[in-house]
Amino acid sequence: MEIHVESLCKSYAGKPVLANLTAVFRPGITCIAAPSGTGKTTLLRLLLGLDSPDAGIIRGADHRWAAVFQEDRLLEDLSAIGNLRFALGQIPEEAGALLARLGLELLDPNPVREWSGGMRRRLALARALLAPSEALALDEPFTGLDKENRSRCLELILEREKGKPVLLATHDLTGLEDAPVLFLSNT
Amino acid sequence: MSPKLRPWSVAFWLLAWQGGSMALAAAVPNGELLLASPVLAAARLLELLPSPAFWRAVGNSSLRIFGGFLLSCALAALLASLAAGRSWLQDLLAPPVAAVKAVPVASFIILALVWLDARSLSLFISALMVFPPVYLNVLEGLQGTDRKLLELAQVYRIPLRRQIWGIYVPQTLPYFRSASSLALGLCWKAGAAAEIIGLPAGTIGERLYTAKIYLQTPDLFAWTAVILFLAAGFERLFLAAVDGLARKAGL
Repeated sequence: MEIHVESLCKSYAGKPVLANLTAVFRPGITCIAAPSGTGKTTLLRLLLGLDSPDAGIIRGADHRWAAVFQEDRLLEDLSAIGNLRFALGQIPEEAGALLARLGLELLDPNPVREWSGGMRRRLALARALLAPSEALALDEPFTGLDKENRSRCLELILEREKGKPVLLATHDLTGLEDAPVLFLSNT
Repeated sequence: MSPKLRPWSVAFWLLAWQGGSMALAAAVPNGELLLASPVLAAARLLELLPSPAFWRAVGNSSLRIFGGFLLSCALAALLASLAAGRSWLQDLLAPPVAAVKAVPVASFIILALVWLDARSLSLFISALMVFPPVYLNVLEGLQGTDRKLLELAQVYRIPLRRQIWGIYVPQTLPYFRSASSLALGLCWKAGAAAEIIGLPAGTIGERLYTAKIYLQTPDLFAWTAVILFLAAGFERLFLAAVDGLARKAGL
């Protein structure tokens, strides 16, 4: 499956954020690299159906998505298992093993409000990887992670997401040298 | 934060009441009729307790006043949920809500007496008084719902039932809790006033009115104390149920 965007335009308060963007996202990772404020998050929001474009066409985005947003978007008062149950309904069998690979404990009873920023980020990624999906949108998924945790996360993304388009917005392309990169800019 | 009721301060005012009553009894002929002492009121309450008529009055009043509270809570929560995303409905409901908040409860009681029989009056009036605070607070809670979590729910296709428990209930429950605590006090005051004016048979309001007619001031204070105990008891019970719900929602 592929996602096509053609002549995509989006402005906020009269300021163009995306201007005439055309791209094809094929199965596998596509990196979206851009300085801040140049439309990475906007593009992902349009693909996820959270915003509508001012002009242009998006084809193939009506699939089931899972996402890591710019913020963790966790239910603060719930534990890891509570958050996964909220998003996924059932806890997949592999959840414990996947969280362990990310250095997290599925059965940690503490509410995620008490977790560190890095742990919360990894949980948000685990939620996206465990969710049934046909495409993935990852908006700066490595924010707040040290080198070791970043490479653990990237390894899992590469391992699990073969066969589906993965849009990964990041400013750090380390370990992603083989992936196609879409550069966005305001000019 | 409102000051707490401390045992020593309660004891102080009870003693002041007792002293005032004794002073009045000494100064004025039949002065104890004007202000019954707390000891007399407590003794009268103990006399009333074993009587089936007492429990009938407590049951009748509680059923109607607390019933009105529950019905109104349900209606207010439902309308607040419907109005949360519909500004036209908020605008439509704003005038009646403002009117109920501003108009004296006695006016509503007299007006309602024209439409309703005395037995339904306290149910209607308590429901009426409960509606504005619960509706407005639940609406405020719903309007403060985290949009980012709603977007998450949209992307992950989280069913509405799970969204209600995961997003809306935790967001709204603190607002509902404080509104219902306030509303429970209001509904007992207004419900008892409605019974005193409407005089439905076998209710606390009727007993209060009778006590006033026959200058039975110990009875008056005893029944007033009963209303206080009932209001506090129902508030504790209801808030415990709300807290149970909060625990279920993982809060």
